[in-house]
Amino acid sequence: MPHFPKPAEGSWTEHYPYLGTGPVTYEDSISPEHYEVERKAIFGRTWLNVGRVEQLPRVGSYFTKEIDAANTSVVVVRSADQQVRAFYNMCRHRGNKLVWQDYPGEETNGTCRQFTCKYHGWRYNLEGDLTFIQQEPEFFDVDKADYGLVPVRVETWEGFIFVNLDAHDTTPLRDYLGELARGLEGYPFDQMTQVFKYRAVVGANWKLFIDAFTEFYHAPVLHARQAVSAESQKLSQFGYEALSYQIAGPHGMVSSWGGMSPPKDLDMVKPIERVLHSGLFGPWDRPIEIELPPSLNPARSPVWGVDSFLFFPNFMLLVWAPNWYLTYNYWPTSYNTHIFEGTLYFVPPKTARERLSQEIAAVTFKEYALQDGNTLEATQTMLESRAVTQFPLGDQEILLRLLHHTAREYVADYQRQQSGTSERVGATS
Amino acid sequence: MATLPAEFADLEPFADWCLEFERERYAKRLSSSMEEMQAFYDAAFPRLEAAMAYIDRSPLDALPDDARHLLWLCYSLVNVSFPVEVWRQPYVPDSGAASMDVVVEPAV
Repeated sequence: MPHFPKPAEGSWTEHYPYLGTGPVTYEDSISPEHYEVERKAIFGRTWLNVGRVEQLPRVGSYFTKEIDAANTSVVVVRSADQQVRAFYNMCRHRGNKLVWQDYPGEETNGTCRQFTCKYHGWRYNLEGDLTFIQQEPEFFDVDKADYGLVPVRVETWEGFIFVNLDAHDTTPLRDYLGELARGLEGYPFDQMTQVFKYRAVVGANWKLFIDAFTEFYHAPVLHARQAVSAESQKLSQFGYEALSYQIAGPHGMVSSWGGMSPPKDLDMVKPIERVLHSGLFGPWDRPIEIELPPSLNPARSPVWGVDSFLFFPNFMLLVWAPNWYLTYNYWPTSYNTHIFEGTLYFVPPKTARERLSQEIAAVTFKEYALQDGNTLEATQTMLESRAVTQFPLGDQEILLRLLHHTAREYVADYQRQQSGTSERVGATS
Repeated sequence: MATLPAEFADLEPFADWCLEFERERYAKRLSSSMEEMQAFYDAAFPRLEAAMAYIDRSPLDALPDDARHLLWLCYSLVNVSFPVEVWRQPYVPDSGAASMDVVVEPAV
């Protein structure tokens, strides 16, 4: 008997029949050829979260984002008219990377009045217009108006900045993110400006690492030693069941109970957590009261703890009952490596206890993520052996089916369009 | 080396744990023995409530140096609580060669 009700079909997975219930293959995560198509079919065509508006507090604030999967770098800036703008990070003169410090491949940020290329000193204003050419009379019929920075589509939703490298796609960001995102609107993300951000290079396909964060079935087992032993035994006895799963288009979410926030039995948490009133699930004491928007705690469960949203392709948003949130971004660098970014956002602390309750939540996050990262490298290695190619997935792993299904659909759509294009080209030649 | 408030002179032998950045704290944890971390934990953990009360005499964004050092020491206590209370070793079990760097952390 499930502890929490499931849909009438008997399972979450069967509620979304197009996902199927059969074994799956992870060939999409171990094939270099497949990844090459994903780069164009997914990362070249979808809205990608690159940051938050708080990173651009003033006119001239900027940051760069390396998007290796799309083979590019973008610079995002707050322009003089207070707009968030994005440009390909490339000088129009000889193609040098425009904004970087010391190491061209590393991301950077800062504040500037204009962008000046390190190579020949060409300058661009914050709106991307070319304003200065070194020794301009030496050039032949070059009109500066024709050589502005190349803009990248950029839109914000609830303070989250997204870019889209597909110049032809006209779907607005809000429409792309769909009803799950609309049901989050109004949550006070803008009040949670105390930030801890972690970055790791992970030796696993980007989807496999997302898989690890969209199911909690693994938590009582992989992380057993993180809890003190009584809690650990309790967790492994019950296993894991979610309160609810919701899927809308390519995006999905899992709603989960809250574990120890605050704990029913104080013997079940680490001694320092008892003093600091905080742990993996974040601070127990809520800094602000929030009326939950409709996408949060969709089951309206009294034991609700956290909702994890996966916005396709590579952005996760976790909103915790004690009023803080986490984001995960997964940036592929090859078929079997990616850069993982995990960022924790809290209401700025007013007391030492509040500050330290955030510190332990951040430290605990890192301890768990290190275990997850290493486990997924082991998964990647064995999948690549192809000794086994078909794998079952349980109902608590429904979001894995969604992610791999969606990613394969994007690839198939792209391949269909490409073959259609080449047929047309062939017909006219 | 950092100086702690006079009423926390008992923690002065552990003042080398007053480290501003997570990278420094985590590195010191990995390079310390369990005996060293246990001694630090045993001295600092019973003083945690008092430390928070002392730090709260000033606003977090205007801490005097000694209170700021005490807060840094508390951050280190949080970091070593995992090896001492749970892992019984400096490293996260099963984390192998995996590493994770802090790229943004609060100013205080």
